[in-house]
Amino acid sequence: MKVTSEILEQHNLTVDEYERIEQLLGREPSFTELGIFSVMWSEHCSYKSSKSHLKRLPVEGACLVQGPGENAGIVDIGDGWCVAFKIESHNHPSFIEPYQGAATGVGGILRDIFTMGARPVAAMNSLRFGPIRDQEAPDEESRQIIARNRRIMAGVVKGLGDYGNAFGVPTIGGEVYFADCYSLNPLVNAFALGLVRREQIFYGKAEGIGNSVIYVGAKTGRDGIHGATMASAEFDEAAMEKRPTVQVGDPFAEKLLLEACLEAMRSGAIVGIQDMGAAGLTSSSCEMGSRAGTGIEIDLDRVPQRESGMTAYEMMLSESQERMLIVAERGRDRQVLEIFKRWELDAVIIGRVTDDQKLRVIHQGEVVAEIPNAALTDEAPRYQRPQQPVAAAAEDPGPKLSSALKRISEEVGTDTPASLMTEVLRRLLASPNLSSKEWVYRQYDHMVRTNTVVYPGSDAAVIRVKETRRSLAMSLDGNGRYCHLDPRQGARLAVAESARNVVCSGAKPLAITNCLNFASPERAEVMWSFSETIDGMADACQALGTPVTGGNVSFYNETEGRGIYSTPVIGMLGLIEEAKHTTTQWFKEAGDVILLLGVTLADLGASEMLSVVAGEVSGPVPQLNLQTEKAVQQACLSAIREGLIRSAHDCSDGGLAVALAESCFSSYRRNSIGAQVDLSEHAKLGNLPPDLQGRAALLFSESPSRIILSIKPEHVDRVKEIARQNNAQCLVIGRVGTEQLKIECDGETLIEAPITSLENLWRTTLASHLDRSV
Amino acid sequence: MKFGVVVFPGSNCDHDTYHVISKVIGQPVDFIWHKEEEIDRYDAIILPGGFSYGDYLRTGAIARFSPIMRAVKEFVREGRLVLGICNGFQILCEAGLLPGALLRNRHLKFICEHVNIRIERTDTPFTSACATGQILSVPIAHGEGNYFCDQKTLDEIEREGRVIFRYCDAQGRLTSEANANGSLNSIAGICNRERNVLGLMPHPERASESLLGSNDGRIIFLSMADSLREMLKLRA
Repeated sequence: MKVTSEILEQHNLTVDEYERIEQLLGREPSFTELGIFSVMWSEHCSYKSSKSHLKRLPVEGACLVQGPGENAGIVDIGDGWCVAFKIESHNHPSFIEPYQGAATGVGGILRDIFTMGARPVAAMNSLRFGPIRDQEAPDEESRQIIARNRRIMAGVVKGLGDYGNAFGVPTIGGEVYFADCYSLNPLVNAFALGLVRREQIFYGKAEGIGNSVIYVGAKTGRDGIHGATMASAEFDEAAMEKRPTVQVGDPFAEKLLLEACLEAMRSGAIVGIQDMGAAGLTSSSCEMGSRAGTGIEIDLDRVPQRESGMTAYEMMLSESQERMLIVAERGRDRQVLEIFKRWELDAVIIGRVTDDQKLRVIHQGEVVAEIPNAALTDEAPRYQRPQQPVAAAAEDPGPKLSSALKRISEEVGTDTPASLMTEVLRRLLASPNLSSKEWVYRQYDHMVRTNTVVYPGSDAAVIRVKETRRSLAMSLDGNGRYCHLDPRQGARLAVAESARNVVCSGAKPLAITNCLNFASPERAEVMWSFSETIDGMADACQALGTPVTGGNVSFYNETEGRGIYSTPVIGMLGLIEEAKHTTTQWFKEAGDVILLLGVTLADLGASEMLSVVAGEVSGPVPQLNLQTEKAVQQACLSAIREGLIRSAHDCSDGGLAVALAESCFSSYRRNSIGAQVDLSEHAKLGNLPPDLQGRAALLFSESPSRIILSIKPEHVDRVKEIARQNNAQCLVIGRVGTEQLKIECDGETLIEAPITSLENLWRTTLASHLDRSV
Repeated sequence: MKFGVVVFPGSNCDHDTYHVISKVIGQPVDFIWHKEEEIDRYDAIILPGGFSYGDYLRTGAIARFSPIMRAVKEFVREGRLVLGICNGFQILCEAGLLPGALLRNRHLKFICEHVNIRIERTDTPFTSACATGQILSVPIAHGEGNYFCDQKTLDEIEREGRVIFRYCDAQGRLTSEANANGSLNSIAGICNRERNVLGLMPHPERASESLLGSNDGRIIFLSMADSLREMLKLRA
């Protein structure tokens, strides 16, 4: 075979990389070997641009059992139980083929969990799409884009739902955001979490020379060949031609695979196991060998095949779903085969563990590939890509905000602060970013397995652990706008918010997983933003005591030269020691007192309000003080653990007014309820002026480190005392009751509206845009 | 008394149902693999929710051919109790043990949410502890729960008092909005003529512990246990 520049380009390899391959092999690679190198050295599999930065993340903590490097991270939650959890992106395939792309994203992350021996018990997802509202389409071209965005969203949500629902894992939470930059690059990040006994954890290691290597699960077809390579390049106008690189999911096969794998693991006959995800048979075999310091030899003629005439190249690069590679103890391999047979799944011995630390592939009696594992893993290229700092946005959003508010006054024909601010609140609640996500999560089975204690919609989702008295809280958080304007601060804020969310549900934050969605690493400003993100995340994780257990990097979210906002998504796991401490965001009863922990500053830069009323993504990002953040979180958690808190809600996107409204809205078996709030005292803490800008900031500023609490009147003194002990600001701001949300300051009414009308706007937004000509 | 929860490939509410029978109402229960043909040692069989055979072809259409279904038919002929929840209801319809079919939901989307159902009849072993008109808050989670049958069958099951549960609002009214999947006559669950086979789309096993928001569904399993106790007493 003559390796031309065309062939290298098709494999997304540079000339330098090819020379390195020749050097590592000491000869020219075969075509099959070239394919193997191309996937293992792809950005997706090798992390070649990110690895040197990821080293700066804190990966140690008392509860940590398994940090980054395995299929999923593992944390100890006590009583012999551990939690395996991870998040992974499926952005590229979901753009090309939304339904299957999203579905196989769920399939992949579930396998990452049960390959560790853990039964998946919860799923979440973090989604970002382009705009879906007609009013954002001034011309025919943008109308088409918006119609496509709706189709992508509908397909992704259905794909995620259909796969998780059929598999039998509850999808209990997540986030959905919209912005222009995601029009051609939607983000689909799938999270899964499983439970495993500490002594039953399995690893992807091919230990024991001479042990059998067993292929189990679905047959291998030609689908998904070069999927990993596809996910490691930007898209151009021909993206749709890449459709055949998207795999097709079969949740039924996955469910059988789960049950069979867990049964085989319990039998004690399994030594190591790994999912065939990206780069399929190739990555599973060389990574298992590499981790154990052994080699693997496989005979492709034995691989169950769905299509005839497949070449070695195709089989090694296929990303057919629902397959696993197992190393079984010698002499007990029959036992494993029997279990899979009972579940009506293919299980075939395709090779054995060797002592030569190589991946050897045999096809039709010939050795078609023989590569040292290290060449594919540790020796893969590492790049210190150039970085170009971008100055953090510092422009004062004031003038733009003033003119936008003036315009709204004219539109609604009023200039009283009450009618103006109430109108702004209505627009915020009806914006797709802040509106209810019921349209989405109603399509997900969020109750199967009968553990879901807090349904989607509160700050964090909560499941009980049946075998213990404990519950687990989890939250996914990211803010593309913040990270776009100031990546370091944005990453810190995302970690802080995710921790605050689990704290509001009554949990102690334990550890995170992360999904880092970025544009092309070959652009210096993107690489700088990535590096800043890592430092910001490291800083916040260190301060909050939540180590990083692993995650995923997705580069090249870029089409026709336009990239996404840098969008790191944090998946936070929290532990609720006693199930009775579980707390939700909804006010409970008229007469309860509302308190606000924290201080509101004039943080309208980069805010949802600025984006909704002025169409602006600019200004300084809110500043986070990690000591203050910790103080507020500790005060909240201590008060919850003393049994004093009836509701707790984090103030974030849309600010205090939006958070108060959300606490008023109806929830399962509780009608909506109003609140009477006076912010006169609270406004003084942040020195907010009494002018229109100051009022807007009071209501809609996104200052971090704030939590709204509601408590019984007799507990006010005690909760204030707890806040004082923790050095957190805490003021009474109102009472739960009536059917209105009324917010005043210095005797002036700022917001006044019937809660049912606000809720109606908020609840129907997504359906009104999506349940039509999708 | 002994309960059996059938496990088809793709069942995924089997563990939940087992948990409620064993831990919540405290009765002996086994999982039964769908290839079993001998189920004589059980007094009640539950076909759980899930996606048997991935719902491929049609919901329940493949599971009805599982070896256990022959045994279940014999079990039914002997007058013993069979409860089908969600996918279990779909399988019972496909197997001809209950009339009608479950079509795709009215708006073609999967729906997971709490709904209210009204107890229409208490003269079944599954609702004997309930009160007529009692409203239960239980979740649904399905893409195909839209009950349909021909007019003659509908008249027949209505006349014979075989509609056991209907979707309703919080006050017990039968509104179109409360009938999320679009079922004929708001039907959420029906029984056979002999009243020993019951199928329903809502998931009572997901509403059997107050920690999960509602324990309204527990009364169905408690009714079954009461009825079995009576039946076993009679047999003895």
